[in-house]
Amino acid sequence: MNAPKSVQADSWSVAGRTFTSRLIVGTGKYKSFEENAAAVKASGAEIVTVAVRRVNIADPNQPRLTDFIDPNTITYLPNTAGCFSAEDAIRTLKLAREAGGWNLVKLEVLGEAKTLYPDMRETLRATEVLVKDGFEPMVYCVDDPIAAKQLEEAGAVAIMPLGAPIGSGLGIQNRVTIRLIVEGAKVPVLVDAGVGTSSDAAVAMELGCDGVLMNTAIAEAKDPLLMARAMKAAVEAGRLAYLAGRMQMRRYADPSSPLAGLI
Amino acid sequence: MSLDASLSIRVNGEHRRVPDGSSVAEMVGLLGLDPLRVAVERNLEVIARSTLGQVCVEDGDDYEIVHFVGGG
Repeated sequence: MNAPKSVQADSWSVAGRTFTSRLIVGTGKYKSFEENAAAVKASGAEIVTVAVRRVNIADPNQPRLTDFIDPNTITYLPNTAGCFSAEDAIRTLKLAREAGGWNLVKLEVLGEAKTLYPDMRETLRATEVLVKDGFEPMVYCVDDPIAAKQLEEAGAVAIMPLGAPIGSGLGIQNRVTIRLIVEGAKVPVLVDAGVGTSSDAAVAMELGCDGVLMNTAIAEAKDPLLMARAMKAAVEAGRLAYLAGRMQMRRYADPSSPLAGLI
Repeated sequence: MSLDASLSIRVNGEHRRVPDGSSVAEMVGLLGLDPLRVAVERNLEVIARSTLGQVCVEDGDDYEIVHFVGGG
């Protein structure tokens, strides 16, 4: 905690861990592990989400993610993507805790394949069970301030509302509710899902979010490394703009040059 | 139990045989995997990594062996 004041002011903490980058990136959909690792580096992210899946016992010597992205320098955030019930998600995270040896996890319980919208009833139930079991869940949720409050009360260490459906790249659809969640939360709020390009990430940060999580926007860009850089800059710009406090909007023009002294 | 004293188990949905008396750590090693880089669930119960060497494989066990892969 001896960091300079300016750095301290722009760091954020979740469950007792402090990070300077406010960008969390996924590790799915990349063409190669090499590209993935390079994109993580370019993004400046200190946290990556990872999935928990069966090892390929027919070919145990396949290259692994951990060979390319070092879990000792980048925080692995195990995610329950693909789980459609509280039980599946809890089971997955128990395995993740054993595989990684840490309690900080990302919970997502999906309601249907078409929209990948979260099932909030199951999500809340899973949160309660996980917290009792010593987990520190960062929780993917709908952009609903009441649901966010309930998750926080259940012990979620971060609230992660969607900006738009996972992988859609539609950008933040409801700035009002994201803003309401930010205002009401005592834990970090991170927009998770829906970011398509850098302006979307900047909007999330300008709304006062503590961070942004994205995967597809970088992985499916024509040049993922360049987009990773763009996202890093956008998150930083959005954060600075939020801290700076934006000007009031006006209906009509207001001249920037003085009217007095006109010739 | 089979005649050659090997155990019949399922690993990630696939049938496998391991020598009688194998520990879970040995079973994982026989599959060519590093027990330090995976997590093991046995009959729906996660086995603590520190005890993989002490837990014995039993005939009919159902294992899930997982690791971290790329994901969102």
